[in-house]
Amino acid sequence: MRIGRRELLQVAAATAATAAVGGAARAAETGPVPQDGAGMLVDTTLCVGCRACEAACAEANQLPDPPGDEVLATRRDTSETAFTVVNRTEKAPGIARYAKKQCMHCVAPACASACPVRAMNKLPGGPVVYDAERCMGCRYCMLACPFDVPKYEYGSNAPRVRKCSFCAARQAAGEKPACAEVCPSGALTFGRRTELLEIAKTRIYTNPDRYLHHVYGETEAGGTSWLYLTDVEPELLALKGGVPGKAYPELVSGALAAPPLVMTLWPPLLMGLYAFARRRGEGEGEAASRKEESHG
Amino acid sequence: MAEILAPAQPSFVQEKILLGMRPREYVRNLVTPFNVAAAAILAVGLPLLVLRFWKGLGATTHLSQSTPWGIWIGFDMMTGIVLAAGGFTIGAAVQIFGLKRYHAIERPAILTAFLGYVMAVCGLLADLGRPWNIIQALFHYGTASVLFEVAWCVMCYSTVLALEFTLPFLEWLGWDRWVVPLRKALIALTVLSVVFSTMHQSALGSLFLIMPTRLHPLWYSSTIYVLFFVSAVIAGICMVIVESSLSHRIFGDKSGGHHVDVDELTLGLGKAGAMVTFAYFFLKLQGVVDGHAWHHLATGWGAWFGVEVLGFVLLPCLLFAYGARERKVRAVRIGAVLGVLGIVLNRLNVSVIALNWQSTNRYVPSWMEVVISLTLVTIGLLLFRWIVNRMPILQASEAAEGSRP
Repeated sequence: MRIGRRELLQVAAATAATAAVGGAARAAETGPVPQDGAGMLVDTTLCVGCRACEAACAEANQLPDPPGDEVLATRRDTSETAFTVVNRTEKAPGIARYAKKQCMHCVAPACASACPVRAMNKLPGGPVVYDAERCMGCRYCMLACPFDVPKYEYGSNAPRVRKCSFCAARQAAGEKPACAEVCPSGALTFGRRTELLEIAKTRIYTNPDRYLHHVYGETEAGGTSWLYLTDVEPELLALKGGVPGKAYPELVSGALAAPPLVMTLWPPLLMGLYAFARRRGEGEGEAASRKEESHG
Repeated sequence: MAEILAPAQPSFVQEKILLGMRPREYVRNLVTPFNVAAAAILAVGLPLLVLRFWKGLGATTHLSQSTPWGIWIGFDMMTGIVLAAGGFTIGAAVQIFGLKRYHAIERPAILTAFLGYVMAVCGLLADLGRPWNIIQALFHYGTASVLFEVAWCVMCYSTVLALEFTLPFLEWLGWDRWVVPLRKALIALTVLSVVFSTMHQSALGSLFLIMPTRLHPLWYSSTIYVLFFVSAVIAGICMVIVESSLSHRIFGDKSGGHHVDVDELTLGLGKAGAMVTFAYFFLKLQGVVDGHAWHHLATGWGAWFGVEVLGFVLLPCLLFAYGARERKVRAVRIGAVLGVLGIVLNRLNVSVIALNWQSTNRYVPSWMEVVISLTLVTIGLLLFRWIVNRMPILQASEAAEGSRP
C-alpha cells in the first residue's frame, strides 16, 4: 500500500488541529521582566521590632489587628489574615535582631509562571499581584513559591489566595508601601531595585564587620524585589534558607519546549508507523485489513 | 425512532436500558451485595460533596497552608489519569502498530480511560477552590505554566476519548449512518490520543519541576517527565492485564460468541510489561544518580524509596519476565497488580507523601476526603458496569470483527 491522498489528508488534519492548539499556546508569551522595578531594602540591623509595619499593613489591607508583642517569643509565618509578620532572634545574649517577612516579589516569580490562568501577575513596576476573579483555586502558586508565601482562605467557600501586594495600588498613586511609610527606624528603604542593591553593597563595603557579605534576595530564586541585609544567618530570622539561585520559571522552560515538537512530530511519525504496519500486514497475506477498507 | 418501534416489540427503554427485563424484575435484580455496598458509599459520599461546596475545603479536608494538595490531587487526579493510560497504549498498539490480536481489549481500555478522566475531572472540581472559574483557562493563557499544558491536554484528550467512546455508544443505539465515518476517523483519533497523552502524562511530572526544595531529592529529577511518561505506559499495560482478566471473569457471558484468549493476550502484554518496567527501573536509578541523592538512600526516606522501586517496580518486572518466559499467566497477573499498586504509590509519593518532606506538619487525609475519593471510584465502577452490560464493549461488533486476523 502506498500512502494515498486520504491518508495524507488525515495526517494534515491531525497536524493542523494540534498546531492550532500550539499556536494559541504561543500567543501570549511573557516578555523579559525588567530588573529595575520597585524594590525594598530591609536592613535588619536597624530594625527595632516595633511592628508598626504589621499594623500599617493590616490597616492598608483591611486585615485584623496584629496580636500583642508576646508573639515575638514564637516563630511566626504570614497567613491569610497577616501579610507581614516580624520575627525576633538574638545575635548574642540580650542583643535582639528582627526581620519582617512578606512576599519577596521575585523578579521572575514562580507563582506567576505557575498560574495556568494568569491570576498571579508580575506588574512591570515590580509588584506581584493576584486577581481573585480569574483564580480557579488550584493552589499551584502555593506549591511553586520557594518562600511559602501565598496563603489560602480554607475557611471560605469562595476562597482567595492572600499575600502582600507590595501595596501596588498605593505605588500606582505615587505613594510608598504602607509598611515603608510608617517604619520609624530607617530599616525599610523603598526605591528602585538596582539602586537598592548598590546601597546594600555600599553598606557592606563601608562596614565590612557589621554585615554578612550577602544580600539576601540578590540571587535567591533568580533575584527578588525585596532585599535583606543581615548580621546573622537569614534562617535565624525566619527567612527561607537553601533557595536555589535560579529563576524558577527556567526550571520548567525546557519541559515546556517539548509540546510544540510532540505536536508537530508525533502525528506524521505515528501515521508513518501506521502505514508501515499496514503494509507489513498485507505483505504477510492478511486480507483482513483490506476487507476492513472495503467495508469501511 | 418512533416508526421502528412497533407496539408488539419491547420498547426502547425496556430493551436498551432495562436489558430486556420488566421494570420490577430489573429493580429486583439490582439488589446484590456489590450494589448495597455501592449505595452505602454513595449515601455518605454525595452529601459530603454537598458539604464540601457549602462549607469549603477547610471544613471537609485536612489541607493546610503547607499542604495545599491532598489525595484529591494525589489520588483522584494523578492516579486516575495514569491508570487511564491503557486507553492510548492499547489504542496505539492496535490501530497504529497493527497488533490486531489486542483488538478485543481496545474498547474496555478506552472506556476505562474515558471514565478515569471523567472521574479525575470530578475530583479536580471538588478540589478547586473556585471551580466555577475553570473556564478561565479558555480565555487566559498562562503559557509559562505546566498546569496550563495539563489543563489543555485534559480538555483535548477527554474530547478525543469521548469521540472514541461514541463509536460503541452509537452502535448500541443502532445509528449505523454515523458509525461508519467514526470508524474511519478512529485512526486519526488514536494518533491524537497518543499525542495528547504523551504531553499530558509527562506534563503531570513536569508539574513538580518547579518544586526543587519541596519534593524529596530521591523523587525529584530534572527529567521527571520521562519517568512519568514511561510509568504511564507501564500503568496502561498493567491496568489492561488486570482489567481484561477481571472483566472477562465478571462479564464473561458478554464476550459474545467469540472466544477471546485472554491468557494469550496476558502473556503478550507481560512480555511488553517486562521490557518497559525494566527500562523504568533503570530510569529510577538514574534519577537518583542525577540528583546526587545517594546519601538519602540510607535514611528512612531511602527505605521507603526502596519499597517503591524494589517491591513495586523490580519485582513486577521479574514476575513479568518469568511469567512471559515460562508461560505462567498467574505470575503476569500478580505482576500487573503489583505494577498498578506501584504506580499508584509513585504518584502518591511524588504528589503527597514525599512533597514537603521537610515540613513538620504532616498531612493525613480526613475521613471525608477518603470517602469522597471512594465515592468517585464507586461512581466510575458503576458507570463502567452499566455501560459494559449494554454497549458493545467486550464483544467486538460484527464489522469491527473484520479487522481481526
